[in-house]
Amino acid sequence: MIKNDYIPFSSKILEVIKHTEIEFTFRMEYTADAKPGQFFEVSMPKYGEAPISISGIGENFVDLTIRKVGKVTDEVFEHYTGESLFLRGPYGNGFDVLDYESKEVIVVAGGTGLSPVRGVVEYFYNNPDKCESMTLISGFKSPDDILFSADLEKWKENMEVILTVDSAEEGSRYKTGLVTTYIPKLQIKDKNNVAVVVVGPPAMMRFSVKAFLDLGIAEENIWISQERKMCCGLGKCGHCKIGDVYVCLDGPVFNYVKGKELID
Amino acid sequence: MGYVLTTKQANEIFAELSTQYRLFAPKTFGNEGRYSDTGCVRYGEVTCVEDITFDKKSEYSFKEAILPVMQTLFYFTEREVTEPKVDDKKTMIFLRSCDIHAVKRLDEMYYKNGPKDYYYSLLRDNVKFVLIGCEQSFENCFCVSMGTNTTDHYDFSFCKAHDTYEINLKNTEFISLFEKVNASVMEVKVPFVTENDVKVQIPDGLKAKVTSSTIWDEYDSRCIACGRCNFVCPTCTCFTMQDMYYTDNGKVGERRRVWASCMVDGFTDVAGGGSYRKNYGQRMRFKLLHKVYDFKQRNGFHMCIGCGRCDDVCPEYISFSNCINKLPEALKEVDQL
Repeated sequence: MIKNDYIPFSSKILEVIKHTEIEFTFRMEYTADAKPGQFFEVSMPKYGEAPISISGIGENFVDLTIRKVGKVTDEVFEHYTGESLFLRGPYGNGFDVLDYESKEVIVVAGGTGLSPVRGVVEYFYNNPDKCESMTLISGFKSPDDILFSADLEKWKENMEVILTVDSAEEGSRYKTGLVTTYIPKLQIKDKNNVAVVVVGPPAMMRFSVKAFLDLGIAEENIWISQERKMCCGLGKCGHCKIGDVYVCLDGPVFNYVKGKELID
Repeated sequence: MGYVLTTKQANEIFAELSTQYRLFAPKTFGNEGRYSDTGCVRYGEVTCVEDITFDKKSEYSFKEAILPVMQTLFYFTEREVTEPKVDDKKTMIFLRSCDIHAVKRLDEMYYKNGPKDYYYSLLRDNVKFVLIGCEQSFENCFCVSMGTNTTDHYDFSFCKAHDTYEINLKNTEFISLFEKVNASVMEVKVPFVTENDVKVQIPDGLKAKVTSSTIWDEYDSRCIACGRCNFVCPTCTCFTMQDMYYTDNGKVGERRRVWASCMVDGFTDVAGGGSYRKNYGQRMRFKLLHKVYDFKQRNGFHMCIGCGRCDDVCPEYISFSNCINKLPEALKEVDQL
């Protein structure tokens, strides 16, 4: 008998961490394997499923940072009882931190793009000797939109963290400007020993990658993660297909050598 | 082995088969056609040979017999999840050569692209295929160009010849069926189309770069994004998940999957308002390259089987085959860039 991959399992909500009015991290009970950059199909019966990337992994939990911007997520915010949600997954390839080890690691995240890469940043925060250096450029629309502020503060201990907002009131303590403003200013020791990870909205990824290519970073040293509407996560529903690639099976993380060929 | 059946014998065989199988075949549904006072030929359950429409191409394909338009995945009552019961009867599908090739495409997606699909397997694993021969090509068919005009992958063939039915038996498990009615044994040749009026040539060296060609632009205004081409296509496999609950008891409902179309608005919508391929021409490009380029890149053979149903059904008279034949021009254009 073939396994029925469509039946979700119930997972207990261990904790809800409220970042902003519309972005909560749900800490879900989960003990099997998972990698940063992979995703779960999260559902509440009656309202449907939504693909949500893993923003943190612990011994008995995974963190799912959910933004209240869609049909399903609206309902999750409205109706979660503090007890449980239904999950399927994890799906997708996720980030392979081994690809980045012993390199100058640069992570650029736009908005909620910080969720899927949070595990990568956390790995090098906990294992600083496994990389040459670690830099995080994290951009948000405004100071009110900042996610994981406690982490951003903590990570400063042993890595360079550039936290920027698109705009802020005068006199704000935050740097302003798009993430791309800060890319040309990066101090890179050896262009050939760099691993760049870019995650965020399409335009932000496009311009960030271009900025790194302009700096002379090779395509094979850049990774991106694609956001698409994955209905099934199993390579069947077709919503995430781009060219000969299914984002849910072959991605969402792509080395830019392949990633550049993905034309919607 | 070949047999020739009278109508009476054929119907005895249908009665016998119906005890074990649900028989799906092209049938004419009166006054359901796209023009006034016309019927619609699509798949439905049949119980006798007279139910089957042999002389026309079915407007919709066989695929709904194994890939229902709407399929319940499970029912939920509060925290309980229950799978729907499956019919014990097996399925037998009457279909043409091109459509048998389409089954291979569906299998590729549902058996091999990612994990094996549970619900597809439930219906597909027990299907028998009965080939309907093609005396001549229908309008818009281009099966010969796609190499789908002939096939050996069927259990038996069933072709109408004046007032008799000709059978070519491949699967010996059905021998007794024909012996029981004393069918006359005779050499039978299954008619296959050898030439179509419509021919396509997919250029060698086709590459993803044709995406940037301007040939797609005319479809921005010609196409109305109705998605009919996807719904009649025997090889389109996309679906969307839907949850619904029963209005008189909000705690009970079901999750189901429903056919989806890459031509229709909303297909690529992501939470927060983003979407991809807003222009209809780009959707045409996405669909066409999937059918004759990138499916092959991934799976080794073309997805399109050349049945031409998309051309038959398009309310804007857009021709898929005609668009395929513009690819050399598109390739030339992008190579000059």
